[in-house]
Amino acid sequence: MADCSQAGSGRHSMDKSITLPPDEIFRNLENAKRFAIDIGGSLTKLAYYSTVQHKVAKVRSFDHTAKEVDGDPLYEISVQEEITARLHFIKFENAYIETCLDFIKDHLVNTETKVIKATGGGAYKFKELIEKKLKLKVDKEDEMSCLIKGCNFVLKNIPHEAFVYAKHADSEFRFQNTHPDIFPYLLINIGSGVSIVKVESEDKFERIGGSSIGGGTFWGLGALLTKTKRFDELLQLASRGQHTSVDMLVKDIYGGAYGSLGLTGDLIASSFGKSATTDKEFSKEDMAKSLLHMISNDIGQLACLYARLHNLTRVYFGGFFIRGHPVTMHTITYSINFFTKGEVQALFLRHEGYLGAIGAFLKGAEEDNPNQYSWGENYAGSSGLMSVSPDLNPMQRVRSGTFDMLEMDRLERQLVNLPLLQDPSSYIPDTVDLTEDALARQYWLYCFEEALDGVVNRAVASQPDLPQAVERAEKFRQKYLHKLQTLRHQPFAYGSLTVRSLLDTREHCLNEFNFPDPYSKIKQKENDVALRYFQKVVRSLEKLPWEQRQFALVKGLLAGNVFDWGAKAVSDVLESNPEFGFEEAKHQLQDRPWLIDCYDQWVERLKGPPHKCALFFVDNSGIDIILGVFPFVRELLCRGTEVVLASNSGPALNDVTNSELQILTERIAAMDSVIQAAIKEDRLTLVQSGSSSPCLDLSRLDKALAVVVRERHTDLVVIEGMGRAIHTNYYAALSCESLKLAVIKNSWLAERLGGKIFSVVFKYEVPPQSPGLRR
Amino acid sequence: MELNGCHCEDEGGTEADDGETRQQTPGKGRAGDPRIDGGIEGGAAGPMEQGEPSERRARHTADSPRKSRPPFPWFGMDIGGTLVKLVYFEPKDITAEEEQEEVENLKSIRKYLTSNVAYGSTGIRDVHLELKDLTLCGRTGNLHFIRFPTQDLPAFLQMGRDKHFSSLHTALCATGGGAYKFEADFRMMADLQLLKLDELDCLIRGVLYIDSVNSSGPSECYYFENPTDPVHCIVKPYRLENPYPLLLVNIGSGVSILAVHSKDNFKRVTGTSLGGGTFLGLCCLLTGCSTFEEALEMASRGESTRVDKLVRDIYGGDYERFGLPGWIVASSFGNMMCKEKRESVSKEDLARATLVTITNNIGSITRMCALNENIERVVFVGNFLRVNTLSMKLLAYSMEYWSAGRLKALFLQHEGYFGAVGALLELLNPS
Repeated sequence: MADCSQAGSGRHSMDKSITLPPDEIFRNLENAKRFAIDIGGSLTKLAYYSTVQHKVAKVRSFDHTAKEVDGDPLYEISVQEEITARLHFIKFENAYIETCLDFIKDHLVNTETKVIKATGGGAYKFKELIEKKLKLKVDKEDEMSCLIKGCNFVLKNIPHEAFVYAKHADSEFRFQNTHPDIFPYLLINIGSGVSIVKVESEDKFERIGGSSIGGGTFWGLGALLTKTKRFDELLQLASRGQHTSVDMLVKDIYGGAYGSLGLTGDLIASSFGKSATTDKEFSKEDMAKSLLHMISNDIGQLACLYARLHNLTRVYFGGFFIRGHPVTMHTITYSINFFTKGEVQALFLRHEGYLGAIGAFLKGAEEDNPNQYSWGENYAGSSGLMSVSPDLNPMQRVRSGTFDMLEMDRLERQLVNLPLLQDPSSYIPDTVDLTEDALARQYWLYCFEEALDGVVNRAVASQPDLPQAVERAEKFRQKYLHKLQTLRHQPFAYGSLTVRSLLDTREHCLNEFNFPDPYSKIKQKENDVALRYFQKVVRSLEKLPWEQRQFALVKGLLAGNVFDWGAKAVSDVLESNPEFGFEEAKHQLQDRPWLIDCYDQWVERLKGPPHKCALFFVDNSGIDIILGVFPFVRELLCRGTEVVLASNSGPALNDVTNSELQILTERIAAMDSVIQAAIKEDRLTLVQSGSSSPCLDLSRLDKALAVVVRERHTDLVVIEGMGRAIHTNYYAALSCESLKLAVIKNSWLAERLGGKIFSVVFKYEVPPQSPGLRR
Repeated sequence: MELNGCHCEDEGGTEADDGETRQQTPGKGRAGDPRIDGGIEGGAAGPMEQGEPSERRARHTADSPRKSRPPFPWFGMDIGGTLVKLVYFEPKDITAEEEQEEVENLKSIRKYLTSNVAYGSTGIRDVHLELKDLTLCGRTGNLHFIRFPTQDLPAFLQMGRDKHFSSLHTALCATGGGAYKFEADFRMMADLQLLKLDELDCLIRGVLYIDSVNSSGPSECYYFENPTDPVHCIVKPYRLENPYPLLLVNIGSGVSILAVHSKDNFKRVTGTSLGGGTFLGLCCLLTGCSTFEEALEMASRGESTRVDKLVRDIYGGDYERFGLPGWIVASSFGNMMCKEKRESVSKEDLARATLVTITNNIGSITRMCALNENIERVVFVGNFLRVNTLSMKLLAYSMEYWSAGRLKALFLQHEGYFGAVGALLELLNPS
């Protein structure tokens, strides 16, 4: 049902003199189009589509037909403007609605927009105001269809959207894996009343039931009983109360438990039962608590009855009664656990408050086919999940009480699962969940904060000729620092906190301030230098007998992975004498047996028949890709194995990007007949991963990659580097053989894994044999 | 001695026929009633008063009423969260000899209970429910139905002490949570040993028994015909033949919902804490009333639509997308979110809204249970329904409307007394 009551809900009177930090909130308004608005009982949610112009680093190969001149760079880097699509969602209190509409009107340049899609109970009330202010026609959309559309959208596009709430656990929020198939599910929307909706597919849903006992009952009855007007205050009262003084418990009737039925003494036998038999006065807190339990239990019970009847186990809760309130999430969770004995979990959504607005927006944007694309949450532009409990975080409350934002980038490519995942529904990319591991969380937050100066400096250095690089870099520092601080208090703000999410957030923030590729020049130089030694490395490898060569190839892969340009001493060595650096790196490596050492099994395997096709997720540019990966790939090709090299679509740290790799491959092919032949015969293919992260999420990969993998009957996956094979995918189970290798370049992490710095992980895995499947 | 005779004799049939002629009430015999034969066994109440001793189960006919019959007085008690329900069998076939033997305090108890309709300030005998000329364990008499608030139990115990109840050496069969909670009080204050019985066992036994014996007065079981049409809605008797499977919804302070597949095959499906206690508790807080009758009386004069937010209050009419008519309650107490409306409603409106909210909620949960259990017949019992035609009609309505006529709501005259009756039966015929 609609949360349509405005009365008593406005927490502040209308204040038109409010000043907004507008450019921070209604961003990219100049190009905005397709507005949608969802006006609820107390909050307004505005959605619009916009385009963002930002700088991207492009590489372009020089014409190499002419004889090379020493010192000429390998390829050209240029910074270009690129336009990408972004969805903006802003949530603010109804009190600000007029001020916000004025601001939008003043900044809206685009005049194509004629209509604003509207939903929510307040859409009627504010219809005239919107039409007058924005000169847009208000087009009302059905609330429930918007809600469902929005829900489907976030479940599909935002990893870690859904979570289980556990009040007393180490981490309050336990985020759920995105299931490849989100249907069917049950959505229990608790507005003033309750609607129970069964969603079977994108277009098919049905309201299978409801209840009139909902948020409005809590609010209305609560206001009558406690003379407290505001919903939030009622919740606060409830969180301080003791329901046992108002409710009649089983033990009040039985003196203890009702053992034969398994009803414990503390169960509520009759809500408000004591107020019928005692004349004493009850405290507001106690009555509010009793009311909260009564309503939550009732909704939970109905939800379970419906879930059982329709045989559904995924049950999401939303509506203003839930909306991030720990108190109600807890009581609903408790109720669901009680009534289903743990068989069904109550699930909540990070962006629950936006569903209506997202849905209304999607309805108006169907010609843009938003469902055809994959979208990604932009960590830089989104506020993240805030705990609204004032007890949990008073500081946050002040800020988040006003404006909350969600921004989603349209990804260039549609993302899908790697077809080789053993069980896509249980695949978790990240090795350590920092929301649960407090020690690791502290370390990594500290680590990223420590490294921030270096990142800022590199960013500035990467744009010596561009204006305001220093100022922008400083803004980047502030933004990222603020994110780190938020995450320290609320690690669950963007789903599970992981090393990957910390890295990705940094990339998003860098992009936000137009530092698309701070490593571009370094990568260029490193590639350039490494290329000169390629042939020499290959020649010396070719001289080795088979067995020694295999070991040397693996050592080369690992050595290439040793050095990070983060370490100044290392970069000096590499710049002056790369060959020496490469040899030095091999010496630095841990001697066998390695920390994880499956080398013997790997070599045994190599003595057998060649693999059909190997998918190789590459890591760094320079020595790593050119002197480590390519010789290894060359050997695979010589064995008769096809190779697919998967690299990042966009830049991240010094990782080699797909466009860089294309140039490098051409150059290598020009000097190596094996590579050249393989390219010509289509036995060596380059694909992009669809990601711009130093880590790897095998459940969000470019659709084209998945197609190639399937077509070529890929039977070996090689994952290289700390970000892709340690921070993520360390435990990933694949349905084919896999090789995960990395050098641990962080002593804290090495220690955690039981080794020292430069310890080697060489993990060769063969899936449990299923007869008839393996050749 | 008799006590032992009653409780230790689990197989009446082992006692040879001692020739005791049992009192039989023509017309009460229900030998042909499949429920009783199929249902109650092991010397339970039903068959005891069958008409033809020669047929059916030899075990029963061979029963020895004298030996197995407990001494008077015969009570059954159900101590709930809010009310104590007491059934008392008053023998009307006392012989002169018996009369002489009858001890003074037993006589005084009988006189006290049967000559009054109210006890103290809160105890009440529901005269209209009294079952006359009932044959139980070979004795004929009247069954009386008495109730008083659980909080007055101490006064009751005091009376038991004053009247030297304990000297009668009778077993006091009691069910309901209070049988457990107050067991020690019975012992300490009145020197009485309670025989504690499971409340669901008693409830079901009581329902099946009363339905089987109450054929004289108004039919025990009834329903509302045309519940969706206020003008033509009338009460009709219902014959609970082949009652299984049935959903038994007991609305006391809280609510228990049982799926009954046979007399001893039943399970508690679920329950809800939003029951009669919630209605009264909220009414007391919202209106300052203090009794159930007062609350109901207020509710009968109030208008819930001023308190509740209806679908039409939100959508201006029906919510067509989902086929929800405008008059449906979208949010119970939803209008009370608004200050002006809070100030404009009367206590009567609030009482009515509370009644409607609680009743409709019980209706929806029941309906879902009926669907999940695949049962179409629902019997509502419990003292929440006492003198509460409003709720009964609402339940009848909601069962019919939301199931498109598939579900039938049934009600029983002795609403809240079945647990106590079950307890009495247990005294007479321990299962």
